[in-house]
Amino acid sequence: MLTSRTFLKRTRAGAVVKVVREHYLREDIPCGAAACRLCPPRPAGAGRGLEAQPSGAASSLCPGPHYLLPDTNLLLHQIDILEDPVIKNVIVLQTVLQEVRNRSAPVYKRIRDVIQNPEKHFYSFTNEHHRETYIQQEQGESSNDRNDRAIRVAVKWYSEHLKKIEDEEKIQVIFLTNDRTNKEKALEEGITAYTCEEYIKSLIANPDLVDRLACVSDEGKEIESGKIIFPEHIPLSKLQQGIKSGVYLQGTYRASRDNYLEATVWVHGDAEENKEIIIQGLKHLNRAVHEDIVAVELLAKDEWVALSSVILQDDGQNEDDIENEEEKENILKTSVNKDMLRPTGKVVGIIKRNWRPFCGMLSKSQIKEARRHLFTPADRRIPRIRIETRQADTLEGQRIIVAIDGWPRNSRYPNGHFVKNLGSAGDKETETEVLLLEHDVPHQPFSQGVLSFLPKMPWSITEQDMKYREDLRHLCVCSVDPPGCTDIDDALHCREVENGNIEVGVHIADVSHFIRPGNALDEESAKRGTTVYLCEKRIDMVPELLSSNLCSLRSNVDRLAFSCIWEMNHKAEILKTRFTKSIINSKASLTYAEAQMRIDSTTMNDDITTSLRGLNKLAKILKKKRIDNGALTLSSPEVRFHMDSETHDPIDLQTKELKETNSMVEEFMLLANVSVAQKIYEEFPEFALLRKHPAPPPSNYDILVKAAKSKNLEIKTDSAKALAESLDKAESPEFPYLNTLLRILTTRCMMQAVYFCSGMDNDFHHYGLASPIYTHFTSPIRRYADIIVHRLLAVAIGADSTYPELTDKHKLADMCKNLNYRHKMAQYAQRASVAFHTQLFFKSKGIVNEDAYILFVRKNAVVVLIPKYGLEGTVFFEEKGKPTPRLDYNNEVPSLTVEDTTLHVFDKVKVNIMLDASNIQHQKIRMVLVEPKV
Amino acid sequence: MAAPELLSDEGYRADGRRPAELRKIRARMGVFAQADGSAYIEQGNTKALAVVYGPHEMRGSRSKALPDRALVNCQYSVATFGTGERRRRPRGDRQTGELALQLQQTFEAAILTQLHPRSQIDIYVQILQADGGNYCAGVNAATLAVMDAGIPMRDYVCACSAGLAEDTPLADLSSPEEAVGGPRLVLALLPASGQIALLQLSARLHQERLEAVLEAAGQACRALHAVLDRVVRERLREVTALLGD
Repeated sequence: MLTSRTFLKRTRAGAVVKVVREHYLREDIPCGAAACRLCPPRPAGAGRGLEAQPSGAASSLCPGPHYLLPDTNLLLHQIDILEDPVIKNVIVLQTVLQEVRNRSAPVYKRIRDVIQNPEKHFYSFTNEHHRETYIQQEQGESSNDRNDRAIRVAVKWYSEHLKKIEDEEKIQVIFLTNDRTNKEKALEEGITAYTCEEYIKSLIANPDLVDRLACVSDEGKEIESGKIIFPEHIPLSKLQQGIKSGVYLQGTYRASRDNYLEATVWVHGDAEENKEIIIQGLKHLNRAVHEDIVAVELLAKDEWVALSSVILQDDGQNEDDIENEEEKENILKTSVNKDMLRPTGKVVGIIKRNWRPFCGMLSKSQIKEARRHLFTPADRRIPRIRIETRQADTLEGQRIIVAIDGWPRNSRYPNGHFVKNLGSAGDKETETEVLLLEHDVPHQPFSQGVLSFLPKMPWSITEQDMKYREDLRHLCVCSVDPPGCTDIDDALHCREVENGNIEVGVHIADVSHFIRPGNALDEESAKRGTTVYLCEKRIDMVPELLSSNLCSLRSNVDRLAFSCIWEMNHKAEILKTRFTKSIINSKASLTYAEAQMRIDSTTMNDDITTSLRGLNKLAKILKKKRIDNGALTLSSPEVRFHMDSETHDPIDLQTKELKETNSMVEEFMLLANVSVAQKIYEEFPEFALLRKHPAPPPSNYDILVKAAKSKNLEIKTDSAKALAESLDKAESPEFPYLNTLLRILTTRCMMQAVYFCSGMDNDFHHYGLASPIYTHFTSPIRRYADIIVHRLLAVAIGADSTYPELTDKHKLADMCKNLNYRHKMAQYAQRASVAFHTQLFFKSKGIVNEDAYILFVRKNAVVVLIPKYGLEGTVFFEEKGKPTPRLDYNNEVPSLTVEDTTLHVFDKVKVNIMLDASNIQHQKIRMVLVEPKV
Repeated sequence: MAAPELLSDEGYRADGRRPAELRKIRARMGVFAQADGSAYIEQGNTKALAVVYGPHEMRGSRSKALPDRALVNCQYSVATFGTGERRRRPRGDRQTGELALQLQQTFEAAILTQLHPRSQIDIYVQILQADGGNYCAGVNAATLAVMDAGIPMRDYVCACSAGLAEDTPLADLSSPEEAVGGPRLVLALLPASGQIALLQLSARLHQERLEAVLEAAGQACRALHAVLDRVVRERLREVTALLGD
């Protein structure tokens, strides 16, 4: 049963209590080497372990077979190298893993993935629980030193242990560390140790790996001129003290998009004042990078500045040109209004770096044969990064990914290393890839593991599937969708029943039947969270077999569905609601236009058409009710590209047109969502997944109210109902487009709707729909939230069994967080995709003049909307190399006077649109005012 | 700092045990001469002392006496020095009161009370050092003490806790593992018959996983039984050797 083991006490004297933990040391932990017969066999399913005959790159430093053993810092910094398929047979110690886990979650995740990969032969050795490799912290030894020693002890144990294996070829263990003192100590103890650079450079036939080597060299041996540019960062322990005592403030660093010498820090915490702190000047920015968590010290009040509206781009090629920078910093300080001054500070230390790999392009050094080049990220908030590469010629003009390794005090730019080449810039595939990467959209093809959970084809409905299902194949169900839609997730039916009432059914694809909780398919979908629709492609949340075939409610095939069936009277009042899993057979899949045509047609009187007419009639009543309740009808310009069928280049732009049938389908989807929300909340008050839309704070409406006032209209914003009514009244006979503009503005005032778990919140209200409770049920093919709601509802009606994660509100809350993040990112990616295609469109179209309306007025620009293309753009009045025109901004009546022309909100103007391709990374649409001429 | 891991990917718990392994157990019977029965047990760092008096005549109000069986009276307490921070715990607070009641229910099920009608059996349990699974250590100590007192029982009562790390059940939780806050199941089992004397579950546990956790706790109880049995036989050998002289 239990082997008797040495028993040790590990005492950790904290500030308050003495904690005593038991620590059992074992003798049965395998060393992981395949040839080892001394160790007990490894448990099944724990990876493949180390190879008996280590394959992998041959090294000139150690020609014999060897295993590698990296230390913590090496693993943290050189994970890109370790992930390369060439590097195999690596021992990862538990000490190292624990340190990595505490210091960087992403790297921890990556190394875990590598250990899981059977091809890589990585083995994690639990040295802290092994009798011969566990060491105690000595008096006066720091925990870092103790860990370093533990690693060395483990290396020593390994080399002795492997010697005992009687094999012809002795396998060596090579300790990799970049820490000089650690390496010296190791060599003293008779351990073969190399730095990562030495080892990688010694690899025969893999010169390209050197490029990926992160350049974190020892501080002392910088090749750069010894000039220190930046002040030192204060160590973390002191920062924490300072934050507690209030000397420093902790916040998220946000670099300015337009000015590389300026940034703001969002201070965490409740204090209303000092929410945002301005940082200005290279020295004060002190090597912080966008999104880092930093500590800031406030400057004295007389040093406070205002945010400058100057646009400055970092284009210096010469890196040592510091004097130049000071000149530029002086530009910022001119013309400061006294009451515009805001808290200003300087970065004194970094609490947590938030570096990720960045997309961008190489700016090749002008010196021939140079190895060091600057990399310009696509995101302008990220500083340029210095990388070392020998393939600059091939990388020029390509989109590449680069990771930052560090930022020494004497370097103007951070150091980084090349990770991956995406393809040539401007290329549609490359740009899409960049867009997806920058928005963190998981878009890799589904792995074999995921696909293995798909049903086997040919698939048919079995007896088993029929068990909890109602057969609704006799009903006259049809679907209405946009043209070209292949993932049909909803279908409708409507019929009169004997008692004169109307039965309406909404049938939703039963995705949760195919995606079972907890398997790889489910995990992948949960991770993706949503399907992302780009202009020319769709990044599916579930594999295509499901999204376009088995789950898609196509016409004239039997499909599994989840149905929500109401009995209503002719006033569209719900008398009875019923949910059931079902089998349906859609009679027709129509487009919005086809459905509209059937409704309007006087000659057609078949089942489908009468059913559509019934639905349409009820939808109108439902809509009226909803609007009477105070639901908002908002407007946002949506565009659709007509694509060339072969080149997939956009050939025309068109704003989406809304038909009566769009709103008909929408109305029943809303109704189904509300009914389901009520049901699952009633059944599971603690862990129903719901969606809420918080009411915006009144100050959000300021801009709308002011803009309306300038047109002598009054917008009431005290409640959603008042807002909806005043928007309806806001009409101007000579200006029919005004109402749409007002609605677009209103949309901009709104908050973001979010998913949440009912047990973790108490405000459920959906402001935009004026519904006390709401969820998402109707699109399980493209939204993961709907799958969870389906599962909850299935449990509620007894059609499926529950599983542990479903009833854990903390897990559900975490999931909501991920879903909200994915939805936001998907939206941004969609917008970026539209922007990119707009550019392509105008590239082919050349320069055009179009009518536009002014949407917002800014201090030095106006934002205009071009209704024809649904395109929004900014018209600047300042230009490089030209004298700045006289600008006069009026905040009360939003207007801007340029020289002698005054521009108001909602003014109709004419603009000239063209593509500005002067910067290949940031091609953009440029607009110039044509009428009125300024 | 990341939250502590209950179980590493390699399958080791924070203190080096595998999921199903118990902490080291040491036990002694007959530690006090003046009581009718007594026992001391260590399960890892958790140390418990149990003392049994009886069966004897009813003390206090005689009206409480039961006509057909013996009354089992239990007290449970944690020593002031039993935790990291010294704290005075007057007996009779809600938690210890509840645990005493559970102890009583457990032993009423195990002791053949009908053999001693109208009499009383007192079981006093004190936790000398608390480090997870306090109640379980108390029950195990009390079993040994009751045996030491020579009171007839149906079977041993072995108690052990079990928890859950993601999908793997963990046997015999230590206090840092309890502090993580997952579900905790306490099982008191009569191992020979497999009858359950007490089953307690704190925090939510999904029905699907109950069986696995219960099985792990049951295994742990049976393992414990083997250890306790060895202790009892050892003690018996000592005592009979003494008698033989």
